[in-house]
Amino acid sequence: MTTVVSKDENTGSPYALSHLDALESEAVHIFREVAGEFERPVILFSGGKDSIVMLHLALKAFAPAAVPFSLLHVDTGHNFPEVLEYRDRAVAEHGLRLHVASVQEYIDDGRLRERPDGTRNPLQTVPLTEAIRAHRFDAVFGGGRRDEEKARAKERVFSLRDEFSQWDPRRQRPELWQLYNGRHAPGEHVRVFPLSNWTELDVWQYIAREEIELPGIYFAHERPVFSRAGMWLTAGEWGGPKEDEPVETRLVRYRTVGDMSCTGAVDSDATTLDAVITEIAASRLTERGATRADDKMSEAAMEDRKREGYF
Amino acid sequence: MTVTNGLLSEQLSATTLLRFATAGSVDDGKSTLVGRLLHDSKSVLTDQLEAVERASLGRGQDTPDLALLTDGLRAEREQGITIDVAYRYFATPARRFILADTPGHVQYTRNMVTGASTAELAVVLVDARNGVVEQTRRHAAVAALLRVPHVVLAVNKMDLVEYAEPVFAAIAEEFTAYASQLDVPEITAIPISALAGDNVVEPSSRMDWYGGPTVLEHLETVPVSHDLTGCPGRFPVQYVIRPQTALHPDYRGYAGQIASGALRVGEAVTVLPSGRTSTISGIDVLGRETDIAWAPQSVTVRLDDDLDISRGDLIAPSATAPATTQDVVATVCHVADRPLLVGQRVLLKHTTRTVKAIVKEIPSRLTLDDLSQHPNPGELVANDIGRVVVRTAEPLALDSYEESRRTGSFLLIDPADGTTLAAGMAGESFSAAATAVVDADEGWDF
Repeated sequence: MTTVVSKDENTGSPYALSHLDALESEAVHIFREVAGEFERPVILFSGGKDSIVMLHLALKAFAPAAVPFSLLHVDTGHNFPEVLEYRDRAVAEHGLRLHVASVQEYIDDGRLRERPDGTRNPLQTVPLTEAIRAHRFDAVFGGGRRDEEKARAKERVFSLRDEFSQWDPRRQRPELWQLYNGRHAPGEHVRVFPLSNWTELDVWQYIAREEIELPGIYFAHERPVFSRAGMWLTAGEWGGPKEDEPVETRLVRYRTVGDMSCTGAVDSDATTLDAVITEIAASRLTERGATRADDKMSEAAMEDRKREGYF
Repeated sequence: MTVTNGLLSEQLSATTLLRFATAGSVDDGKSTLVGRLLHDSKSVLTDQLEAVERASLGRGQDTPDLALLTDGLRAEREQGITIDVAYRYFATPARRFILADTPGHVQYTRNMVTGASTAELAVVLVDARNGVVEQTRRHAAVAALLRVPHVVLAVNKMDLVEYAEPVFAAIAEEFTAYASQLDVPEITAIPISALAGDNVVEPSSRMDWYGGPTVLEHLETVPVSHDLTGCPGRFPVQYVIRPQTALHPDYRGYAGQIASGALRVGEAVTVLPSGRTSTISGIDVLGRETDIAWAPQSVTVRLDDDLDISRGDLIAPSATAPATTQDVVATVCHVADRPLLVGQRVLLKHTTRTVKAIVKEIPSRLTLDDLSQHPNPGELVANDIGRVVVRTAEPLALDSYEESRRTGSFLLIDPADGTTLAAGMAGESFSAAATAVVDADEGWDF
């Protein structure tokens, strides 16, 4: 039971926390605030790296007890099989409860209509908000980070949503010190973003430090892809490629994991965590700019989707 | 802003973190400064810059408008003003930064309070042509009130005053005189042109008379205080962890984030407000056992005795335990659109504890122009800063804000709909407030 105290060069203080320790401590504080103040919280879990880090933090925050939240996955029907497999394994391993809101079911029974461009990401909003209402979730954890996009940079850690799940950037509560105000009326809920202050690089460095397992698609592998709007999309039953979109096998990896129809792979030979970190540190493209078609639709694409209830 | 070009991960993880806030009046060029800082420190990535170039071109501008990097909302771009606080992230080889980019418009002064509440440094922007104006004084006072340790005065648009030293010197002198009245611990004045890039990241060749650091150099080298550990130990209990499993049938841990100071195994502690005492038998840092932990670590503390302890209690070393009180004297910044009235019933959230409370008195309201106190205003409206006396239904273990930003701060909340009404800082006085009392109700326009 010894404590290693490292001296910080800048301050001479033996008690300075490393950057990652400070972020981890803050995120755990946020998880515990929600556990202490809400009745029915849920973690949005997609099997992507941010939600995997969220789950890891939640497991640490309540150890040796179980995580006092269930998980909610909004399944677009176009998910990567590796990611679904990871999701189910994580749920089984930690004895968690998983709710699935299925976009495919909504399309099949006519409650949602497929978009002409085939992108299902915007279609997630309705199943998400209806699942929140049906289960009466009052706090919904999302893995959103403020470094992702400029509308997200405006997001609070505790973000109040009205009964329609809408975000109104002009009516956000001031968020002062670490005093998060989770008060809400019946029907309203709070979106909570424990990774708000993390960057993509922080997430990867934390994954490396904590030796967290990820789905294989985050590392370079050979994959049949085709080019659309400057991105490498995975060929598959979801609807690609079209006739004039030739398929080729390339060495690629994913920086984000979302709907197959709008999440692009990047050319990469990074097969290890260290290689991925080095690659990201040198990249001149943002995570979303490189790989997300849905954000390119307009200058305010993210803001507009968030207003409607997207996370 | 995710990454910095060419940095190795080991270098990045060794750096420290500085949280800072920017403030400036409308049209002082704050968004341009932030854009310049991000752009020249190579924290803007290709796709972001392309988006800005595209948007600028689409509006008929021939150079990229760097303000577009930060104005993230439709309404902000339409009006060319910053409405809400945005948080931005960038890194240099020396340090990582979290920037709270706060609006300067009078209507949004509360957002500067939001940004300053967690900042260790504030950049106050001034237009060199206008000098120190009312908003400048307001921003300096808010930074002082929130006890932001370092203040930078960035005198912008030096290109429009022919880079003249006397212009800069006069503004710096006036500001320093005002800010030292407020007990701002450290002031650094820097002449810049955010538009042309002088002294933001690169030293200016047009201001040879200036021998100080650029804005970025200063941000990289200003000492970050981690001296929370020198303060008395304070541990607000967030949540009780009781697994009740075969493996851990008797585990009972108090989870929370250490607000200040350090906790040690074997230390005698007092639980407030009950006043019961025990000894720390174990500390777990997220699953790993340790014998000492300090702020701001999130930990779980175990005690020798099975006491009745729940969320909202405060555990502190018995030797330095705080007193409890039901009469809170504080300075508040009113952040809601509806007023705060004498006699109003509210909720008070302090650390992890939320209690019923009533506003007993509003002894004065502060005028930021001359730091005078307006007596008994009866109410505080949006963006007012004033003194209050609040009576709580239960005792609170409250420190003065001067001693601890974490355990001396609180929120007043409307019990009806949960609206955050005011940001509170406990303690006898806004230390530097002048004692002069004015009778007339002039100049209270904010």
